[in-house]
Amino acid sequence: MNFNSFRYCMRQSIISLHRNLWLAVVTAGIIAISLSILGGFLLLAVNADQMIRNIGTNVEIGVFLEDGVQVEAIQQKLDNHAGIHSYTFVSKEQGLVDFGHSLGDRVLLIGMEGENNPLPDLFRVRTLDAENVPAVAAEIASYPGVEMTDYGEELVGRLLKITGWVNTLFLAVSILLALGAILLIITTIRLSVLARQDEVSIMKYLGASNWFIRFPFLLEGMTMGWTGTLAAAAALAVVYYRLATSLQQEALTFFIQPVTDTAQLLPIFIGLLLLGTLMGGFGSFISVRKFLRV
Amino acid sequence: MIELNNVTKQYPGCTVPALDNVSLGIERGEFVFLVGPSGAGKSTLIKLIFREQLPSGGKMLFDGRNIAALKQNQLLEHRRQIGMVFQDFRLLKQKTVFENVAFALEVLGRSPKEIIEKVPTALDKVGLSGKAQSFPDKLSGGEQQRVGIARAIVKDPLVIMADEPTGNLDRDNSRQLMDLFETINQNGTTVIIATHEWEIVDRMQKRVVALECGRMIRDEQQGGYSHEL
Ligand SMILES: Nc1ncnc2c1ncn2[C@@H]1O[C@H](COP(=O)(O)OP(=O)(O)OP(=O)(O)O)[C@@H](O)[C@H]1O
Ligand SMILES: [Mg+2]
Repeated sequence: MNFNSFRYCMRQSIISLHRNLWLAVVTAGIIAISLSILGGFLLLAVNADQMIRNIGTNVEIGVFLEDGVQVEAIQQKLDNHAGIHSYTFVSKEQGLVDFGHSLGDRVLLIGMEGENNPLPDLFRVRTLDAENVPAVAAEIASYPGVEMTDYGEELVGRLLKITGWVNTLFLAVSILLALGAILLIITTIRLSVLARQDEVSIMKYLGASNWFIRFPFLLEGMTMGWTGTLAAAAALAVVYYRLATSLQQEALTFFIQPVTDTAQLLPIFIGLLLLGTLMGGFGSFISVRKFLRV
Repeated sequence: MIELNNVTKQYPGCTVPALDNVSLGIERGEFVFLVGPSGAGKSTLIKLIFREQLPSGGKMLFDGRNIAALKQNQLLEHRRQIGMVFQDFRLLKQKTVFENVAFALEVLGRSPKEIIEKVPTALDKVGLSGKAQSFPDKLSGGEQQRVGIARAIVKDPLVIMADEPTGNLDRDNSRQLMDLFETINQNGTTVIIATHEWEIVDRMQKRVVALECGRMIRDEQQGGYSHEL
């Protein structure tokens, strides 16, 4: 296929798009919606991933002590540990009060004071380096007198579960919408084929190659694909930028800061654009194979 | 240039073959009429040469190449050497006369420069220079068919094949059209015309290949439509 042929095919696809303008717009719109949802899901996934990592490495380590142990001995060890930034001691009495506050109903706790207190003494430890949390937690857990350490594995696990569900839902919805979009592309291209049937039937007798006959329709589908995706990407970018800046201004806790690293975001947008174009090409390929006998 | 050796065409589902053991040679620059009653196999023969259909048996050569064995890109090359003219003209009604003829070059990926050079020349040859910007449905049948011929010759083919080109035309128009084919032939292009209009064939006194029920019953230089005449 030379330059002249390419230009001819381009022109044909533009004419076709113009002829079925509204259908093309609707098709591109459906592609835009399905890819917005997919893109939103990807952005959410990237952010959730970062959040989970932040939580996992930036929470305090709870160090639970065995009953009747020498608190000072452990305190000394913590003092001497190079990787520890700070710690606070929470006695079992204080723990009970805190627990009671958090429940908001002290009645339940009556009879648990003094000897009957089921809570352990504990230290809340912060590390210097967030990444060392698991290692430090494991080390402290091996000290004599320490029953166990805990740094929110459970929370992280629960978050993973929730985001897993959300991801599956998003993925299912966007796949359904993408299938709908592909069906629409097939229909739109079919109309274009019908509109150009005379032309196509004569082209074979003039010695046109199959590719030359098919290419305008593929271009048409791909154009619907990438324009739809471009719209989706633009909308996503605006919404995400707004959301990100307002979240940053809220100065919320560190771990729910949004991902703003372009190296992480750009592949998502480029990937979406490719996907949309491929969807368009795929739909028209199916349509051309089905309705265009060349 | 075109050589058929014992060519047979059996359409699936038909009891009798559309072409039965036909052997025939056509040289470069010849003018050949294919005649015969309806269903004799004239169109089938043209379709086989264009390779719109494949033969069921026998061998067909075009310019020394086996037509049945052409690969995809060779097939395109083959078809580009043949200009087709149809009974129903097959013009694109949303395109002007100029655009219809230009279309034959566009689909081959030719440059705008070449198109601007060659299309007026072709229109001039068929005597339609003044109608370049008209639309087909504003033309008479004879004029429309001349557009069809301009479209066939604009790419300078080796062969022009026409299946009943005068089928939809009156006698005067048919004559003019035949004269046009003759002029094209005199400039070196091989012309093959399928027809069952005996008046034309008798008047032109060209080579006649007669088919009947798929068999070649006569091949005569400067013949008439039938023996009796
Ligand atoms: N595509 C096809 N499938 C099945 N049979 C066909 C097909 N094309 C032609 N035939 C049969 O082959 C035989 C020859 O047909 P062909 O069209 O070649 O005849 P023809 O000489 O061109 O006739 P006409 O003068 O009516 O155009 C006929 O019996 C016809 O019914
Ligand atoms: Mg016929």
